[in-house]
Amino acid sequence: MMGFRLAQMNAWRKKTVLGLTLLVAVAPLAACGSNAPSNGSTAEAQGASGETPASASVEITNVSYDPTRELYDAYNKLFQTHWKEKSGQDVSIIQSHGGSGKQARSVLEGNEADVVTLALEQDVAELEKGGLIEPGWVDEFDKQSSPYTSTIVFLVRKGNPKGIKDWDDIVKSGVEIITPNPKTSGGARWNFLAAWAYAQAHDGADEAKSTEFIKSLYNNVTVLDTGARGATTTFVENNQGDVLLAWENEAFLSIKEHPDDYEIVTPSISILAQPSVAVVDEIAKKRGTEEVSTEYLQYLYSDEAQKLAGENYYRPSNPDILAQFSDTFNLDLKLVTIDDDFGGWEAATEKFFADGAIFDQIYQK
Amino acid sequence: MNLANPAEASNRIQEKPRGSGKAAKSILIGLGVAFILIMLVLPLITVCVYALKQGWEVFSGAITDPYAIKALQLTLLATVVAVVCNTIFGLFASWAISKFHFRGKQFLTTLIDIPFAISPIIAGLVFILVFGRIGWAYDFLQAYDLKVVFAVPGIILATIFVTFPFVARELIPLMQAQGNDEEEAAALMGANWWTIYRKVTLPHIKWGLLYGVILCTARALGEFGAVSVVSGHLRGKTNTLPLHIEILFNEFQLTAAFAVSSILVVTAIIILILRNIVEFKGRKEESEHVR
Amino acid sequence: MGQAKWVSSKRLRKKNRVIPGFGLSMGITISMLSLIVLIPLLSIFVVLSGVGPADFWKAISDPQAVAAYRVSLICALAAALVNALFGTILAWILVRYRFPGRRILDGLIELPFALPTAVAGIALTTLYSDNGWIGKLLAGIGIKVAYTPIGITIALIFIGIPFVVRAIQPVLEKLDGQYEEAATMLGASGWQTFRRVVFPEIRPALLTGFGLAFARGLGEYGSVIFIAGNIPYETQIVPLIIMSKLEQFNYGAATSIALVMIVFSFLTLFAINFIQSRLNHAAKGAE
Repeated sequence: MMGFRLAQMNAWRKKTVLGLTLLVAVAPLAACGSNAPSNGSTAEAQGASGETPASASVEITNVSYDPTRELYDAYNKLFQTHWKEKSGQDVSIIQSHGGSGKQARSVLEGNEADVVTLALEQDVAELEKGGLIEPGWVDEFDKQSSPYTSTIVFLVRKGNPKGIKDWDDIVKSGVEIITPNPKTSGGARWNFLAAWAYAQAHDGADEAKSTEFIKSLYNNVTVLDTGARGATTTFVENNQGDVLLAWENEAFLSIKEHPDDYEIVTPSISILAQPSVAVVDEIAKKRGTEEVSTEYLQYLYSDEAQKLAGENYYRPSNPDILAQFSDTFNLDLKLVTIDDDFGGWEAATEKFFADGAIFDQIYQK
Repeated sequence: MNLANPAEASNRIQEKPRGSGKAAKSILIGLGVAFILIMLVLPLITVCVYALKQGWEVFSGAITDPYAIKALQLTLLATVVAVVCNTIFGLFASWAISKFHFRGKQFLTTLIDIPFAISPIIAGLVFILVFGRIGWAYDFLQAYDLKVVFAVPGIILATIFVTFPFVARELIPLMQAQGNDEEEAAALMGANWWTIYRKVTLPHIKWGLLYGVILCTARALGEFGAVSVVSGHLRGKTNTLPLHIEILFNEFQLTAAFAVSSILVVTAIIILILRNIVEFKGRKEESEHVR
Repeated sequence: MGQAKWVSSKRLRKKNRVIPGFGLSMGITISMLSLIVLIPLLSIFVVLSGVGPADFWKAISDPQAVAAYRVSLICALAAALVNALFGTILAWILVRYRFPGRRILDGLIELPFALPTAVAGIALTTLYSDNGWIGKLLAGIGIKVAYTPIGITIALIFIGIPFVVRAIQPVLEKLDGQYEEAATMLGASGWQTFRRVVFPEIRPALLTGFGLAFARGLGEYGSVIFIAGNIPYETQIVPLIIMSKLEQFNYGAATSIALVMIVFSFLTLFAINFIQSRLNHAAKGAE
């Protein structure tokens, strides 16, 4: 190939260009192909196992959001035992964690999840819009498919030097707030809405006044991180700000890590944060894992699983179990809900977080 | 402004060139070392301090975690494939661009640079837009039950993409500066392409090639953004080490995250030391050869 | 493939080429480039074809986006300039001087690449926030680094430095010391020698390094978001805007802004490659 002479170059050149183009074009595809059998065979194996439950093992993928790892690590063991007893099958569960919105997008873009357990109903609704999940999923499981809930609280420095007790204390000048950006963090939308609910309750539902309140709140925000975890680092590790608006379960995790440095303040009013779970119908059907996937989510409502949720600082949706955790959670907190007070996620997004909506307006000069 | 300092220093003692050289030398070395200390070494020390904050047990637990080891394996696989692929590309591209004149050369060179200029987010997104469920090649892939994104091939592709120009970029300026005389002479004497490359060109560019390969390796090891978009974060399957670090971080395990980062830092340092040894020996042999 | 034809048909009718291997090397170059870079990039245009011109314009001229272009441009430019200066100094001392610890210094240059950008971002923020080791000192004299554009610039300096050093270093190594010696003997000062003799030789490489550091800075995400503060109109960078559009499942707006970024980076790099080849030509002509 290398020994050509000058005279032959022209003919050679054309052939080599063409040949190599084809060669290089095919090579990566072949590489993908050689990778495929492993993927394909597991999919087939699962397909077979779905049809004949007697098959020895089954694998499902749970795409979840960030701080649920410990919860699902514990829950997966519980469920493996349960499923073995129930069907005689060994089930292995692959976990995926990340920002809720990002995780939803990856499923929409082809990340094959049998079940999703995300932070926002809206993220699951996007999968419904994309045709992956059948309509009516909200009522497939109890409590609008939210087996555990949380809420928004304040994390302040030990001794509460700024005397923060409620939402109107944090909009005072001189108070520095850390909260993530509601445009990049689904979780941060709950923070925004909780503040809005407080403003509405105290301003006689005057929208202009509430907008002013929110504006002065975000004026006090010195760092607007892209995600909840980034905001916690900014507050805890880098010592920025006086108050962190945080999910209750994440605030508890920070306290657990630094028991002497921080304390939790529950405001007079907050919002019931309802993480949503759903079976991804298209994938589960394709793989034949519908039965085990449904049971995986259904079993989250069992007493054992509910206790596990409470131990991991999520509020169990079963009121009896929740009552057992009254030492941990402030159960007197008044909680608004997205459906009753904001007309559902779609309306709330349109009004507050879409391009040019209220959140954008408060930053316009 | 800092370049002015050596100038002043040397003007002052122009009669004594040796002294001026020395002053310039110490000022420049001082500046360079200070820059590296502040910009590179301090962040590295921060990583190590955090990694060992909760003691040795947490540290060793984090780096021997089976998921961390799987992630390391995947990272190494992607790195090796990317380096091989990009080295092949670099050798051919630099030859084509530096040894011949053709129209559109600058355009082609710029196209090669593009992966540097593209935000890693976009780099990942383009593969989703091709191979993902919303991409135009998805139906084709489904028909053959192939998976590219959210599987290992996608991670390899994204890694190749972001490190694509490294070797070529390192070689092109060097070979252009070298000129074509020796190669032309060899060709006129009837040497074929491979011989010319091996015997004439390669000895001149081998250190540049080594730099390119090292840069490429380092970048492939640490790549985060693009891979994060195409990975799907399936634990034990499609998590690379940088993604594993992010997950640890997001799970409130800052110490473990930094501990695992230190694996990457140590891997990089080992590679860099190896490079230094190879280079040192090579240059020694060269100079002996000349003698 | 069309590209190959275009290039090869226009290629050199001026003189016969002596050196072999054009077809082979060009064929491989073009096909790998197409497969790995160009074809995937085309999908941006596939998505954009579904976006009307009005929506496209609305997305790219959004005031928040415009403010972000400014932040990204200024910070990337500042970082690339700092890197050009210190990169040259570093390359120079690594090649020309022998001092203890030189090999270690040399080995450290690539580390910013190997450290995942997110880790780099967290580490830098820890250092430069006003209770960090460096941030504390600077806060004492009234300079706030983390969560300001200065912080963004610091992160971009961190990720860009290897580009400049490693572009210049090989050229300096190849540079024959005898011209410098001659210049020194003729009475030129160290600075004059550098400016007249060395600088013209390393200029193309410096330009390349600068351009790459700049372009990389424009697109960087992972290390910047932690140190940036991300306040709209003040410290939001363009990749963050793209991310927030994606987060809202708005692929059209995201790719629109992405296209602006790509075109801009492409033009920058193209200009640099163009200038560089002119300089090469001039240098050859002088010989």
